[in-house]
Amino acid sequence: MTTLILAIVIGGAFGFVLDRIGATNPNLIIGMLRLSNLHLMKTIFLAIGTASVLLYAGLMLGLVDPGHLDVKDAYWGVFIGGVLLGLGFAVSGYCPGTGLAAAATGRWDGVVFVLGGLLGAGAYMATYAWVKSTGVLDHVLGGKATLGTLSGTNYPAVLDGVSGEWVGLALGVAFIAAAAVLPARPGGSAD
Amino acid sequence: MILSWKTGGILLGAVFFAAVLLVKPVGVSTQFVIFDGILWDAVDDTAVVASKDAKSGYASPNAYLNKSGGKYAKNVANPWNYSFVFVLAVMGGAALSALLRGGVSREERVAPAIWRANFGDAAWKRQVAVFAAGFIVLYGARMAGGCTSGHMMSGMMQTALSAYIFTAGVFLAAVPAAILTYRKEG
Repeated sequence: MTTLILAIVIGGAFGFVLDRIGATNPNLIIGMLRLSNLHLMKTIFLAIGTASVLLYAGLMLGLVDPGHLDVKDAYWGVFIGGVLLGLGFAVSGYCPGTGLAAAATGRWDGVVFVLGGLLGAGAYMATYAWVKSTGVLDHVLGGKATLGTLSGTNYPAVLDGVSGEWVGLALGVAFIAAAAVLPARPGGSAD
Repeated sequence: MILSWKTGGILLGAVFFAAVLLVKPVGVSTQFVIFDGILWDAVDDTAVVASKDAKSGYASPNAYLNKSGGKYAKNVANPWNYSFVFVLAVMGGAALSALLRGGVSREERVAPAIWRANFGDAAWKRQVAVFAAGFIVLYGARMAGGCTSGHMMSGMMQTALSAYIFTAGVFLAAVPAAILTYRKEG
């Protein structure tokens, strides 16, 4: 029961904030991807930076349980899948999370995107055995690898022996700095 | 109406951190599969079955639902779990936010301004495009094992190698595609 309350509170906050930063608005997503309006990129860089600093500080102070981390596998299909997602993301201005959120805000094209997404997910279910047989899902570089070694986890590190917490903290600061220096309007054009 | 990058970034970062502090990093795209599985199971009893041999206690004739000891099959059989409710709550939170800010205008609901500036007002053109886009976005997300939420946001926060591979693929494709598709900003 507690788990479901957390799901409602955290999921609800995520959806609310996605809408408030403009991520449910395809104009802003497409503007970011065509590099004409980087407002959303600045917001997202700051979000990743803020979350990273809190996470690695929390891990070092023992306030965050390393067991809550959930690192995904690395394989070539991650790149191919990223390319496919990127193409659809550019045309629609939606990714899976923001498409659902946009549909909920009343955007009809968001609803149609979600329907296409359900069919696409179903198509992946149907073709999974074939995709697997091609070998693109075979792990590379140890599978669930992180850049540095994270205490309390068994994730293999790309930079073995280097503190993953310090790497994460440094990257977090770098993301915050990048958010600050990125121009919101690279071309200098107005709306 | 839209939050400044400073306020918005800190709030979104706080949500990412709260998720990993209290439960696990945010993720969305798996739930498209779970929902498909629920629909399939509703029309076909054999889609997901209880199985003593499976690690999760559930099995499916579909290789994808059956992978990793049937963990997706289990979530199809028991959809009231954290990850599925999380995604429903994302929709609820976005709907509430939109309601409080006065909703989305009539023209924007059909197609965003940038689309109308480049392709006109016909609703069907936008719908064909977003349906096809939704299809490849979710096919790609499932092949990659995550989407913008799980792989990019949560993954980069965790310094996961997979996150950088994914992000490289997304932006190498999305930036030229967006520039070529939308000549006018709108």
